[in-house]
Amino acid sequence: MFRARHDTPPEDGVTVTIDGHDVTVPPDTSVAAAALLAGLDHVRTTPVSGTPRAPYCMMGICFDCLMEIDGVPNRQACLEIVRPGMTVRRQDGARSLGAAP
Amino acid sequence: MKTEWDVVVIGAGPAGLTAATEAAGLGLDTLVVDEQPAPGGQIYRSVEAVHTRRTKDAALLGPDYGHGLDLVRRFRDANIPYWPETGVWQVTEDGELGITRAGEAGLLKARRIIAAAGAQERPVPIPGWTLPGVMGAGGAQVLFKSAGMIPRGRTVIAGTGPLVLLVAGQLSDAGAEIAAVLDTVTQADYHMAAGHLFSALKASDYVLKGLAMMVKLRRRGIPVHAGVRAVSVTGSDRAAGVAYTDPKGTTHSLAADTVLLHDGVVPSTQLTRQLDCTHGWHHTQRYWYPVTDAWGTTSCETLAVAGDCAGITGAKAAEASGRLAALDTATRLGRLSAVNRERRAMALLAFQRRHTAVRPLLDQLYQPRLSLPAGTPDDTILCRCEEVTAGAIRAAVADGCLGPNQLKAFTRCGMGPCQGRMCGLSVAELIAAERRVPVMQVGYYRIRPPIKPVTLGALAAMAPTAPAPPDPLDT
Repeated sequence: MFRARHDTPPEDGVTVTIDGHDVTVPPDTSVAAAALLAGLDHVRTTPVSGTPRAPYCMMGICFDCLMEIDGVPNRQACLEIVRPGMTVRRQDGARSLGAAP
Repeated sequence: MKTEWDVVVIGAGPAGLTAATEAAGLGLDTLVVDEQPAPGGQIYRSVEAVHTRRTKDAALLGPDYGHGLDLVRRFRDANIPYWPETGVWQVTEDGELGITRAGEAGLLKARRIIAAAGAQERPVPIPGWTLPGVMGAGGAQVLFKSAGMIPRGRTVIAGTGPLVLLVAGQLSDAGAEIAAVLDTVTQADYHMAAGHLFSALKASDYVLKGLAMMVKLRRRGIPVHAGVRAVSVTGSDRAAGVAYTDPKGTTHSLAADTVLLHDGVVPSTQLTRQLDCTHGWHHTQRYWYPVTDAWGTTSCETLAVAGDCAGITGAKAAEASGRLAALDTATRLGRLSAVNRERRAMALLAFQRRHTAVRPLLDQLYQPRLSLPAGTPDDTILCRCEEVTAGAIRAAVADGCLGPNQLKAFTRCGMGPCQGRMCGLSVAELIAAERRVPVMQVGYYRIRPPIKPVTLGALAAMAPTAPAPPDPLDT
């Protein structure tokens, strides 16, 4: 859906794991942007009908980029900045109670 | 965590940065909290990083964007306490703020709060707008500013407003394939708007920039289809194309990998709504704004608003409104005489007038037409969170639902995680259209805290600020 204009060499970037794939992105990149760069077409499926959704507003308004970040579900991926070693997962349907550590 | 401040400024865009710089300069103990990782707001998003590490992108974004660097530098030089990546989940009439920062919750106390929460893109409930591959044009611009990212494949931009032309030009410069721009502005709109041209000439630079953007798209051979209606996104699991009707009534379709929608921007009113401030309705641009005095003070005296969250006036005017709110705050807190407040305000008010002179023209010309709630097809989703369609809302109104708050009980509309940010405007307009009453009579959702997600664990771990009241059952 989106691509980076410039490649980020691993030594200049931050490497995170998104849905099992390692991706290196520039520092200060949001998790939502990293997920799009990792090639994810959607970042969650909805709790109501299970249809796929992707980040829409990129500024913390729409809550369509909710993802599981380091084991905590329902995080706004567009407001979270990548940190080295972060593990991000797509969120399918409603998150389950007690999923957080 | 220091908890007591003279002023807490919410937001680090142009209004927040100037408000904080002015307030601190007047000797007020000032804190800036902002949701984003770096100062600049959405308009000057990542401006420091772009100008130090990504100079090629800086050239594409141009001098208007580069101006943000001056604001940020002045703010940084003033050494004002600044907490990025901090969310505000509650404000109270007596100046208490509930915040989350690095996963922890806390309460701050301010003698005055200046909210510079900015704007959001108007949500556009059209068929297919929830599909992956569809994004706000402003959202795509955020991806470019913050991460140097551009859309892949054939990209169609649809809607209205200066940002449509700007984003089309910038993304094209950056190497994106802009297949078409679908513009909802009609010939009649140009004729109507021409009446405002004389006042707009006081800010002729804005008009010239707009014309330059149109010329640029033409030179690049990007087709601009004007006067389109009934725009919809096609595709089953993701966006595959766009369909629209031309002014003659003929329907067309275009293939697209990415569809960017934009129907102007509207004030972010979640904070002022949560405080139950009095709001007005902007009839031409169809949005809510908090009613204020000339200094930005809302119906709740503890809270002033500055910048686009007070009504859309743009980034330059926001600088003046931030400083005006700070001056008045200093007067209220006994740091500046009323006479000196007026004296310092003179030049700011003149600056503000100059930069708002173009608004009547823009407001008239770029009326939101991508989504016209009254005409929304029944199967189109309005509430993205709870997936409530226009048809379901019409049925609720037919069953006697009078307004947005009652609609929650009927349909769960507005009760998802975005708390109505994405459906509030269109829901009120749709109900008003169905009931044939003015939007003001239908009103808006009652917004309750927490207005940003905060975990129970963070709330439970929060340090108490006052001794707990005695338990009445204990006596």
